[in-house]
Amino acid sequence: MEPARLLATDLACRRGERLLFRGLSFELQPGEALQVVGPNGTGKSSLLRILAGLLRPLSGSVDRPADIALLDERLPLDGDLPLGRALAFWERIDGGGYGVGATARPGRGPKKDGPVRRHTSGQAGGAAPPLPGAGAAAVGVRDEPLNGLDGQAAADFQGHLAAYLAGGGMAVIASHQPFDVPALKRLVLADYAV
Amino acid sequence: MSVALALLRRDVARMLGSSRRGATLLPLLFFIAVAMLFPFAVGPAPELLARTGGGVIWVAALLAAILPLDRLLASDVEQGFFDQLALRGVAEELVVAVRLLAHWLSFGPPLMLATLPAAALLGLDRATLRTVELGLLAGTPGLAAVGLIIAALTVGMRGGAALSGLLLIPLAVPLLVFGAGALSTGGNAGIALTGAISLLLVAIAPFAGGMAIRAAREG
Repeated sequence: MEPARLLATDLACRRGERLLFRGLSFELQPGEALQVVGPNGTGKSSLLRILAGLLRPLSGSVDRPADIALLDERLPLDGDLPLGRALAFWERIDGGGYGVGATARPGRGPKKDGPVRRHTSGQAGGAAPPLPGAGAAAVGVRDEPLNGLDGQAAADFQGHLAAYLAGGGMAVIASHQPFDVPALKRLVLADYAV
Repeated sequence: MSVALALLRRDVARMLGSSRRGATLLPLLFFIAVAMLFPFAVGPAPELLARTGGGVIWVAALLAAILPLDRLLASDVEQGFFDQLALRGVAEELVVAVRLLAHWLSFGPPLMLATLPAAALLGLDRATLRTVELGLLAGTPGLAAVGLIIAALTVGMRGGAALSGLLLIPLAVPLLVFGAGALSTGGNAGIALTGAISLLLVAIAPFAGGMAIRAAREG
Protein backbone atom coordinates (compact mmCIF):
# COMPACT_ATOMS: atom_id res chain seq x y z
CA MET A 1 0.00 0.00 0.00
CA GLU A 2 1.17 3.49 -0.82
CA PRO A 3 2.13 5.44 2.29
CA ALA A 4 -0.50 7.96 3.31
CA ARG A 5 0.36 11.58 2.64
CA LEU A 6 -1.32 14.75 1.58
CA LEU A 7 0.29 16.32 -1.42
CA ALA A 8 -0.93 19.52 -3.05
CA THR A 9 0.69 20.47 -6.34
CA ASP A 10 0.50 23.91 -7.93
CA LEU A 11 -3.04 24.67 -6.77
CA ALA A 12 -4.95 27.67 -8.05
CA CYS A 13 -8.41 28.68 -6.97
CA ARG A 14 -10.94 31.04 -8.47
CA ARG A 15 -14.14 32.11 -6.79
CA GLY A 16 -16.43 34.09 -9.04
CA GLU A 17 -14.31 36.60 -10.96
CA ARG A 18 -11.42 36.61 -8.49
CA LEU A 19 -8.31 34.50 -8.62
CA LEU A 20 -7.66 33.85 -4.93
CA PHE A 21 -4.29 32.11 -5.04
CA ARG A 22 -2.06 30.22 -7.44
CA GLY A 23 1.10 28.16 -7.44
CA LEU A 24 0.33 26.70 -4.01
CA SER A 25 2.14 23.45 -3.20
CA PHE A 26 2.88 21.59 0.01
CA GLU A 27 3.31 18.10 1.36
CA LEU A 28 2.20 16.64 4.68
CA GLN A 29 3.52 13.39 6.13
CA PRO A 30 1.78 11.39 8.87
CA GLY A 31 2.08 13.15 12.22
CA GLU A 32 2.41 16.61 10.68
CA ALA A 33 -0.03 19.47 10.90
CA LEU A 34 -0.37 22.53 8.70
CA GLN A 35 -1.85 25.80 9.86
CA VAL A 36 -3.19 28.00 7.06
CA VAL A 37 -3.14 31.68 7.97
CA GLY A 38 -4.29 34.72 6.08
CA PRO A 39 -6.79 37.54 6.32
CA ASN A 40 -10.48 36.87 5.73
CA GLY A 41 -11.39 36.47 2.07
CA THR A 42 -8.00 35.17 0.93
CA GLY A 43 -9.37 31.69 0.29
CA LYS A 44 -8.64 29.68 3.45
CA SER A 45 -12.00 27.96 3.42
CA SER A 46 -11.81 27.38 -0.33
CA LEU A 47 -8.37 25.80 0.08
CA LEU A 48 -9.70 23.45 2.76
CA ARG A 49 -12.64 22.47 0.57
CA ILE A 50 -10.25 21.80 -2.33
CA LEU A 51 -8.06 19.64 -0.09
CA ALA A 52 -11.12 17.70 1.08
CA GLY A 53 -12.19 17.15 -2.52
CA LEU A 54 -15.44 19.12 -2.33
CA LEU A 55 -14.27 21.84 -4.69
CA ARG A 56 -12.35 21.48 -7.92
CA PRO A 57 -9.25 23.66 -8.12
CA LEU A 58 -8.87 25.88 -11.17
CA SER A 59 -5.59 24.09 -11.81
CA GLY A 60 -3.25 21.77 -9.97
CA SER A 61 -3.99 18.54 -8.16
CA VAL A 62 -4.33 17.07 -4.70
CA ASP A 63 -3.11 13.60 -3.80
CA ARG A 64 -5.04 12.63 -0.69
CA PRO A 65 -5.66 9.48 1.32
CA ALA A 66 -9.12 7.95 0.96
CA ASP A 67 -10.06 8.85 4.53
CA ILE A 68 -10.41 12.56 4.89
CA ALA A 69 -12.59 14.54 7.26
CA LEU A 70 -13.63 18.18 7.09
CA LEU A 71 -15.05 20.22 9.92
CA ASP A 72 -16.21 23.77 9.26
CA GLU A 73 -18.48 26.21 11.02
CA ARG A 74 -21.56 24.32 9.92
CA LEU A 75 -22.51 21.46 12.19
CA PRO A 76 -24.53 18.89 10.27
CA LEU A 77 -26.78 18.17 13.22
CA ASP A 78 -30.58 18.30 13.24
CA GLY A 79 -31.43 21.37 15.28
CA ASP A 80 -34.70 19.95 16.57
CA LEU A 81 -33.21 16.79 18.01
CA PRO A 82 -31.39 16.28 21.29
CA LEU A 83 -27.63 16.30 20.73
CA GLY A 84 -27.26 12.60 21.48
CA ARG A 85 -29.85 11.60 18.88
CA ALA A 86 -28.51 14.05 16.29
CA LEU A 87 -25.07 12.51 16.72
CA ALA A 88 -26.54 9.01 16.63
CA PHE A 89 -27.28 9.48 12.92
CA TRP A 90 -23.59 10.04 12.19
CA GLU A 91 -22.65 7.18 14.48
CA ARG A 92 -24.83 4.89 12.35
CA ILE A 93 -23.29 6.26 9.12
CA ASP A 94 -19.74 5.93 10.45
CA GLY A 95 -20.35 2.69 12.30
CA GLY A 96 -18.86 3.89 15.57
CA GLY A 97 -19.60 5.97 18.63
CA TYR A 98 -18.37 9.50 19.19
CA GLY A 99 -18.52 9.28 22.97
CA VAL A 100 -20.28 12.59 23.60
CA GLY A 101 -20.55 11.71 27.25
CA ALA A 102 -16.76 11.57 27.44
CA THR A 103 -16.29 15.16 26.31
CA ALA A 104 -19.24 16.53 28.29
CA ARG A 105 -18.24 18.11 31.57
CA PRO A 106 -20.73 18.92 34.30
CA GLY A 107 -22.09 22.44 34.23
CA ARG A 108 -20.77 23.62 30.92
CA GLY A 109 -20.38 20.79 28.44
CA PRO A 110 -22.90 19.74 25.84
CA LYS A 111 -25.91 18.05 27.34
CA LYS A 112 -27.20 15.04 25.51
CA ASP A 113 -30.80 16.09 26.03
CA GLY A 114 -32.27 19.38 24.91
CA PRO A 115 -32.45 20.37 21.24
CA VAL A 116 -29.20 21.14 19.44
CA ARG A 117 -30.40 24.61 18.41
CA ARG A 118 -30.59 25.71 22.06
CA HIS A 119 -26.89 25.00 22.55
CA THR A 120 -24.48 27.86 22.23
CA SER A 121 -21.93 27.54 19.46
CA GLY A 122 -19.33 26.68 22.08
CA GLN A 123 -21.41 23.92 23.61
CA ALA A 124 -22.31 22.42 20.27
CA GLY A 125 -18.74 22.90 19.07
CA GLY A 126 -17.53 21.04 22.13
CA ALA A 127 -19.34 18.04 20.74
CA ALA A 128 -18.04 18.68 17.26
CA PRO A 129 -14.32 17.87 17.32
CA PRO A 130 -14.88 14.14 17.10
CA LEU A 131 -17.66 14.65 14.58
CA PRO A 132 -16.17 13.93 11.17
CA GLY A 133 -14.81 10.62 12.27
CA ALA A 134 -11.42 12.14 13.06
CA GLY A 135 -10.40 9.05 14.99
CA ALA A 136 -10.54 6.96 11.85
CA ALA A 137 -9.68 9.48 9.16
CA ALA A 138 -6.13 9.88 8.01
CA VAL A 139 -6.48 13.61 7.43
CA GLY A 140 -8.53 16.07 9.42
CA VAL A 141 -9.24 19.37 7.72
CA ARG A 142 -10.60 22.04 10.04
CA ASP A 143 -11.88 25.54 9.54
CA GLU A 144 -11.54 27.80 12.59
CA PRO A 145 -11.85 24.98 15.13
CA LEU A 146 -11.35 27.24 18.14
CA ASN A 147 -14.20 29.64 17.35
CA GLY A 148 -16.70 29.77 20.17
CA LEU A 149 -14.65 27.59 22.51
CA ASP A 150 -13.50 28.87 25.89
CA GLY A 151 -9.95 28.49 27.17
CA GLN A 152 -10.45 25.07 28.69
CA ALA A 153 -12.26 23.64 25.63
CA ALA A 154 -9.62 25.10 23.30
CA ALA A 155 -6.88 23.46 25.37
CA ASP A 156 -8.81 20.18 25.25
CA PHE A 157 -9.09 20.47 21.51
CA GLN A 158 -5.36 21.00 21.12
CA GLY A 159 -4.79 18.01 23.36
CA HIS A 160 -7.04 15.87 21.13
CA LEU A 161 -5.21 17.19 18.08
CA ALA A 162 -1.77 16.40 19.49
CA ALA A 163 -2.89 12.86 20.36
CA TYR A 164 -4.35 12.44 16.90
CA LEU A 165 -1.11 13.57 15.24
CA ALA A 166 0.92 11.32 17.51
CA GLY A 167 -1.22 8.46 16.23
CA GLY A 168 -0.05 9.10 12.67
CA GLY A 169 -2.84 11.45 11.60
CA MET A 170 -2.44 14.58 9.53
CA ALA A 171 -4.29 17.82 10.01
CA VAL A 172 -4.80 21.02 8.07
CA ILE A 173 -6.19 23.87 10.12
CA ALA A 174 -7.30 27.31 9.09
CA SER A 175 -7.27 29.58 12.10
CA HIS A 176 -6.31 33.08 13.17
CA GLN A 177 -5.45 31.82 16.62
CA PRO A 178 -2.03 30.43 17.53
CA PHE A 179 -1.79 26.68 17.93
CA ASP A 180 0.47 24.78 20.23
CA VAL A 181 0.99 21.34 18.73
CA PRO A 182 4.22 19.60 17.71
CA ALA A 183 5.30 19.41 14.05
CA LEU A 184 3.15 22.37 13.01
CA LYS A 185 3.94 23.92 9.65
CA ARG A 186 2.60 27.30 8.66
CA LEU A 187 1.28 28.28 5.27
CA VAL A 188 0.78 32.00 4.71
CA LEU A 189 -1.85 32.29 2.04
CA ALA A 190 -0.91 35.87 1.19
CA ASP A 191 2.36 34.53 -0.30
CA TYR A 192 0.35 32.90 -3.08
CA ALA A 193 -2.11 35.73 -3.67
CA VAL A 194 -2.33 37.08 -7.18
CA MET B 1 -27.15 -0.71 2.58
CA SER B 2 -26.81 0.27 6.23
CA VAL B 3 -26.08 3.81 5.05
CA ALA B 4 -29.31 3.85 3.05
CA LEU B 5 -31.24 2.57 6.07
CA ALA B 6 -29.70 5.18 8.35
CA LEU B 7 -30.58 7.89 5.84
CA LEU B 8 -34.14 6.64 5.46
CA ARG B 9 -34.58 6.45 9.20
CA ARG B 10 -33.43 10.04 9.60
CA ASP B 11 -35.50 11.36 6.70
CA VAL B 12 -38.71 9.69 7.80
CA ALA B 13 -38.15 10.73 11.42
CA ARG B 14 -37.52 14.27 10.27
CA MET B 15 -40.68 14.41 8.16
CA LEU B 16 -42.99 12.67 10.60
CA GLY B 17 -41.23 13.57 13.87
CA SER B 18 -43.04 15.53 16.53
CA SER B 19 -41.30 18.82 15.84
CA ARG B 20 -42.13 18.74 12.14
CA ARG B 21 -45.54 17.17 12.25
CA GLY B 22 -47.21 20.52 11.71
CA ALA B 23 -45.21 21.14 8.55
CA THR B 24 -46.13 17.70 7.19
CA LEU B 25 -49.81 18.11 8.08
CA LEU B 26 -50.07 21.51 6.43
CA PRO B 27 -50.32 20.25 2.82
CA LEU B 28 -53.05 17.80 3.89
CA LEU B 29 -55.08 20.48 5.62
CA PHE B 30 -54.60 22.69 2.57
CA PHE B 31 -55.82 19.86 0.36
CA ILE B 32 -58.95 19.23 2.43
CA ALA B 33 -59.60 22.96 2.71
CA VAL B 34 -59.74 23.26 -1.10
CA ALA B 35 -62.23 20.39 -1.29
CA MET B 36 -64.29 22.06 1.42
CA LEU B 37 -64.24 25.53 -0.13
CA PHE B 38 -65.04 24.45 -3.68
CA PRO B 39 -68.76 23.67 -3.04
CA PHE B 40 -69.13 27.05 -1.33
CA ALA B 41 -67.68 28.78 -4.36
CA VAL B 42 -69.57 27.03 -7.20
CA GLY B 43 -72.77 26.17 -5.36
CA PRO B 44 -74.02 22.88 -3.95
CA ALA B 45 -75.54 21.43 -7.17
CA PRO B 46 -74.73 17.69 -6.83
CA GLU B 47 -74.35 16.93 -10.54
CA LEU B 48 -71.93 19.84 -11.00
CA LEU B 49 -69.82 18.73 -8.03
CA ALA B 50 -69.82 15.11 -9.14
CA ARG B 51 -68.66 16.12 -12.62
CA THR B 52 -65.90 18.54 -11.52
CA GLY B 53 -64.97 17.11 -8.13
CA GLY B 54 -62.32 14.65 -9.35
CA GLY B 55 -60.50 17.40 -11.23
CA VAL B 56 -60.61 19.65 -8.18
CA ILE B 57 -58.97 16.93 -6.09
CA TRP B 58 -56.19 16.65 -8.67
CA VAL B 59 -55.57 20.39 -8.73
CA ALA B 60 -55.58 20.49 -4.93
CA ALA B 61 -53.09 17.60 -4.81
CA LEU B 62 -50.79 19.39 -7.25
CA LEU B 63 -50.88 22.62 -5.25
CA ALA B 64 -50.38 20.75 -1.98
CA ALA B 65 -47.25 19.20 -3.48
CA ILE B 66 -45.68 22.68 -3.67
CA LEU B 67 -45.84 23.34 0.06
CA PRO B 68 -43.12 20.95 1.33
CA LEU B 69 -40.55 21.82 -1.37
CA ASP B 70 -38.62 24.59 0.39
CA ARG B 71 -37.65 22.35 3.32
CA LEU B 72 -36.91 19.29 1.25
CA LEU B 73 -33.18 19.81 0.61
CA ALA B 74 -32.17 23.42 1.24
CA SER B 75 -31.51 23.18 4.99
CA ASP B 76 -29.43 20.02 4.60
CA VAL B 77 -27.27 21.58 1.92
CA GLU B 78 -26.78 24.74 4.02
CA GLN B 79 -25.85 22.74 7.09
CA GLY B 80 -23.29 20.71 5.19
CA PHE B 81 -25.04 17.33 5.39
CA PHE B 82 -24.36 16.61 1.76
CA ASP B 83 -20.73 17.73 2.11
CA GLN B 84 -20.15 15.42 5.07
CA LEU B 85 -21.80 12.50 3.28
CA ALA B 86 -19.74 13.19 0.15
CA LEU B 87 -16.55 13.09 2.25
CA ARG B 88 -17.60 9.65 3.44
CA GLY B 89 -18.04 8.51 -0.15
CA VAL B 90 -21.83 8.40 -0.03
CA ALA B 91 -23.13 9.31 -3.49
CA GLU B 92 -25.55 12.23 -3.74
CA GLU B 93 -27.70 10.01 -5.95
CA LEU B 94 -28.26 7.58 -3.08
CA VAL B 95 -29.12 10.39 -0.66
CA VAL B 96 -31.57 11.89 -3.13
CA ALA B 97 -33.16 8.51 -3.93
CA VAL B 98 -33.71 7.85 -0.22
CA ARG B 99 -35.05 11.37 0.21
CA LEU B 100 -37.48 10.75 -2.67
CA LEU B 101 -38.83 7.66 -0.96
CA ALA B 102 -39.22 9.47 2.37
CA HIS B 103 -40.82 12.47 0.70
CA TRP B 104 -43.35 10.28 -1.08
CA LEU B 105 -44.12 8.36 2.13
CA SER B 106 -44.83 11.60 3.97
CA PHE B 107 -46.96 12.97 1.15
CA GLY B 108 -48.48 10.32 -1.18
CA PRO B 109 -50.28 7.89 1.15
CA PRO B 110 -51.51 10.68 3.48
CA LEU B 111 -52.91 12.51 0.45
CA MET B 112 -54.71 9.35 -0.69
CA LEU B 113 -56.21 9.01 2.79
CA ALA B 114 -57.26 12.66 2.80
CA THR B 115 -58.96 12.05 -0.55
CA LEU B 116 -61.62 9.99 1.26
CA PRO B 117 -63.05 12.93 3.26
CA ALA B 118 -62.44 15.25 0.31
CA ALA B 119 -64.49 12.95 -1.96
CA ALA B 120 -67.27 12.88 0.60
CA LEU B 121 -67.29 16.68 0.77
CA LEU B 122 -67.57 16.86 -3.01
CA GLY B 123 -70.14 14.06 -3.23
CA LEU B 124 -68.12 11.85 -5.60
CA ASP B 125 -69.57 8.46 -6.46
CA ARG B 126 -67.73 5.23 -5.83
CA ALA B 127 -66.42 4.73 -9.37
CA THR B 128 -65.01 8.27 -9.54
CA LEU B 129 -63.38 7.88 -6.15
CA ARG B 130 -61.72 4.69 -7.32
CA THR B 131 -60.37 6.39 -10.44
CA VAL B 132 -59.08 9.34 -8.41
CA GLU B 133 -57.39 7.10 -5.85
CA LEU B 134 -55.72 4.92 -8.48
CA GLY B 135 -54.68 8.03 -10.38
CA LEU B 136 -53.12 9.51 -7.24
CA LEU B 137 -51.35 6.24 -6.50
CA ALA B 138 -49.86 6.39 -10.00
CA GLY B 139 -49.26 10.13 -10.00
CA THR B 140 -47.97 11.12 -6.55
CA PRO B 141 -44.55 9.42 -6.99
CA GLY B 142 -44.11 11.54 -10.12
CA LEU B 143 -45.21 14.68 -8.27
CA ALA B 144 -42.73 13.88 -5.49
CA ALA B 145 -39.95 13.30 -8.05
CA VAL B 146 -40.62 16.56 -9.92
CA GLY B 147 -40.71 18.40 -6.61
CA LEU B 148 -37.40 16.89 -5.54
CA ILE B 149 -35.68 17.75 -8.84
CA ILE B 150 -36.90 21.33 -8.54
CA ALA B 151 -35.85 21.55 -4.89
CA ALA B 152 -32.36 20.35 -5.89
CA LEU B 153 -32.11 22.81 -8.79
CA THR B 154 -33.13 25.80 -6.67
CA VAL B 155 -31.09 24.78 -3.65
CA GLY B 156 -28.45 27.48 -3.84
CA MET B 157 -30.78 30.27 -4.89
CA ARG B 158 -32.15 33.06 -2.82
CA GLY B 159 -35.92 33.10 -3.16
CA GLY B 160 -35.79 29.52 -4.39
CA ALA B 161 -38.97 28.63 -2.51
CA ALA B 162 -41.14 30.98 -4.54
CA LEU B 163 -39.48 29.91 -7.77
CA SER B 164 -39.93 26.21 -7.08
CA GLY B 165 -43.69 26.63 -6.82
CA LEU B 166 -43.80 28.30 -10.19
CA LEU B 167 -41.55 25.64 -11.75
CA LEU B 168 -43.56 22.70 -10.43
CA ILE B 169 -46.82 23.74 -12.07
CA PRO B 170 -45.79 23.43 -15.75
CA LEU B 171 -43.72 20.30 -15.12
CA ALA B 172 -46.65 18.62 -13.39
CA VAL B 173 -49.06 19.33 -16.26
CA PRO B 174 -48.55 15.92 -17.98
CA LEU B 175 -49.39 14.12 -14.73
CA LEU B 176 -52.49 16.27 -14.32
CA VAL B 177 -53.62 15.84 -17.92
CA PHE B 178 -53.46 12.04 -17.83
CA GLY B 179 -54.41 11.60 -14.18
CA ALA B 180 -57.45 13.85 -14.26
CA GLY B 181 -58.10 12.85 -17.87
CA ALA B 182 -58.73 9.28 -16.72
CA LEU B 183 -61.82 10.67 -14.97
CA SER B 184 -63.55 11.79 -18.16
CA THR B 185 -62.56 8.83 -20.30
CA GLY B 186 -63.37 6.46 -17.48
CA GLY B 187 -60.71 4.04 -18.69
CA ASN B 188 -57.51 2.76 -17.16
CA ALA B 189 -55.40 4.02 -20.04
CA GLY B 190 -55.03 7.45 -18.43
CA ILE B 191 -53.93 5.90 -15.15
CA ALA B 192 -51.42 3.71 -16.98
CA LEU B 193 -49.97 6.74 -18.75
CA THR B 194 -49.79 8.64 -15.45
CA GLY B 195 -47.91 5.71 -13.98
CA ALA B 196 -45.53 5.64 -16.94
CA ILE B 197 -44.70 9.35 -16.56
CA SER B 198 -44.27 8.84 -12.82
CA LEU B 199 -41.83 5.98 -13.34
CA LEU B 200 -39.81 8.02 -15.79
CA LEU B 201 -39.62 10.96 -13.36
CA VAL B 202 -38.74 8.70 -10.43
CA ALA B 203 -35.95 7.14 -12.50
CA ILE B 204 -34.52 10.54 -13.48
CA ALA B 205 -34.86 12.27 -10.11
CA PRO B 206 -31.88 10.79 -8.19
CA PHE B 207 -29.46 11.53 -11.05
CA ALA B 208 -30.81 15.00 -11.83
CA GLY B 209 -30.96 15.86 -8.13
CA GLY B 210 -27.46 14.56 -7.44
CA MET B 211 -26.00 16.54 -10.32
CA ALA B 212 -27.83 19.68 -9.21
CA ILE B 213 -26.49 19.37 -5.66
CA ARG B 214 -22.92 18.86 -6.89
CA ALA B 215 -23.29 21.87 -9.19
CA ALA B 216 -24.53 23.99 -6.28
CA ARG B 217 -21.42 23.02 -4.29
CA GLU B 218 -19.12 24.35 -7.02
CA GLY B 219 -21.08 27.56 -7.40
